[in-house]
Amino acid sequence: MIVGTRKPLEEIKAMISPYKKVLIVGCGTCVAVCLAGGEKEVEVLKNELSLAMGDKVSFDGVTLERQCDKEFLEQLSDVVDQYDAFLSMACGAGVQFLSEVYPEKPVFPAVNTTFMGINRAVGWYEERCRGCGNCVLGITGGICPVTMCAKSLFNGPCGGTNKGKCEIDEEQPCAWYMIYERLEKQGRLDQIMDVIPANNWENQRPRTVIQPGYENLYNTSSK
Amino acid sequence: MDRRNIEESSKLERVLREGHFAFTAELGPPRGANVEKVKKKISYLKGYVDAVNITDNQTAIVRMSSLVTSLLCIEEGLEPVYQMVCRDRNRLAMQSDILGGYAMGIRTILCLSGDHQKFGDHPQAKGVYDLDSMQLAAMVKKMRDEGKFQGGDDIDVPPKKIFIGAAANPFAEPYNWRVYRLAKKVKAGVDFIQTQCIYNMERFREWLKRANDMGLTEKVFILAGITPLKSVGMARYMQNKVPGMDVPEDLIKRLKAAGKEKAAEEGIKIACEQIEEMKELKGVAGVHLMAIEWEHRVPELAERAGLLPRPEV
Ligand code: SF4
Ligand code: SF4
Repeated sequence: MIVGTRKPLEEIKAMISPYKKVLIVGCGTCVAVCLAGGEKEVEVLKNELSLAMGDKVSFDGVTLERQCDKEFLEQLSDVVDQYDAFLSMACGAGVQFLSEVYPEKPVFPAVNTTFMGINRAVGWYEERCRGCGNCVLGITGGICPVTMCAKSLFNGPCGGTNKGKCEIDEEQPCAWYMIYERLEKQGRLDQIMDVIPANNWENQRPRTVIQPGYENLYNTSSK
Repeated sequence: MDRRNIEESSKLERVLREGHFAFTAELGPPRGANVEKVKKKISYLKGYVDAVNITDNQTAIVRMSSLVTSLLCIEEGLEPVYQMVCRDRNRLAMQSDILGGYAMGIRTILCLSGDHQKFGDHPQAKGVYDLDSMQLAAMVKKMRDEGKFQGGDDIDVPPKKIFIGAAANPFAEPYNWRVYRLAKKVKAGVDFIQTQCIYNMERFREWLKRANDMGLTEKVFILAGITPLKSVGMARYMQNKVPGMDVPEDLIKRLKAAGKEKAAEEGIKIACEQIEEMKELKGVAGVHLMAIEWEHRVPELAERAGLLPRPEV
């Protein structure tokens, strides 16, 4: 899922202070699961802002099922005229889509979108993928070298690896140490005996995916 | 400056191929445009080493570029080993710097990952890591042997004589993987290796034996990394704080026994003994002396370790 953290109140206040009536828009999917921008967080933010800003700005709150889907964003079409601005608690993708669907309305982010990751325990999330576009997990024993190695090395570990930990932090496991250990246990070290060639970085431009079978529908080919 | 012939080879390569026991040292560029400081360091080393490594923003701290410092060395008649780390450049910048350096006489390159930016003076910086050190070595090899850029286009006058180096750390875990990683570097196209500072001779010998058994030392020249310990404090720091470093307790005991005044002298003695042993070890083609901010003591050390005079090649 996509993991985010709520922005500090002061930063949010500064963004919306020029407006009178603001709609806080939560998202019921990833950011709700990671406790950053779901229904509960919308309520908390609304109360904090109302308290902090008094009657200078009035706030309402609503939570859509997903802000990355037009179908749900359109549910706001009847109320959009009642507000001067939207404060979105979705991830960066949701904020942008909300802004695209209502281009005349100022939209502000209330969340810092942080990473794609996993739920380790309640309230504890860890990054796992940077969406590089050419997944090598099949070679690297299911451990991502791009994300989990501090230098995104494809042929590690580097000389700084320290008793299983990464040179940057004694708390951070060395990705390549883990890759080695896992592949060794699985008897698959041969997977990394050859040099993994330079990566084709696909995450350097905005990408569009059209799944096979849908090209005709949109009269285009997938990029 | 006298630019060298485009066909002329690397001096370090000639020394090694002619079977001499090679000797390289290290020069850290200054934290500013201080040319005089570079020249001073060059003057300590010239004539006493076969080539000198020019570090590239070492420990992620900004310094005069390794490219330009290498060119200053050439100007002064000292052969540079141009270090390049993957942290600060993408493949475009790397290739253009390699070509520029080659045009001006650089013939030896050392491909490194680089210390993480977190350690340096700009911890907020975006690390590049477009390539890793093996992919960098493979790219340089392709430029040299195929005359092609990494992207596949032809190079107009490729760096045909460039001699490609990389680092190896025999001491970092997993130990078992270390020799395979060396093998990977050889596959990537590395011609010579300079190792991490060696203190644990026993473990180094084990690693070397495996490299010999796998036939790797016939394919790659190994220069053993030596850094004289200056004090007990430095030894402890290396032991505890520098990742991937293995300083055995008995070396620290030796420094302690020498007393505070004589610890540096003892450190040099240890280094000289190590170098003597390296000369006898099968598979070791030379030594790389990393005497950090001690460039002025390199001649004395070279003399005492019986590394002088350096061969004319
Ligand atoms: S290799 Fe790329 S796609 Fe696969 S997990 Fe890592 S970043 Fe994500
Ligand atoms: S220590 Fe391991 S995780 Fe850290 S940068 Fe080196 S290889 Fe990557």
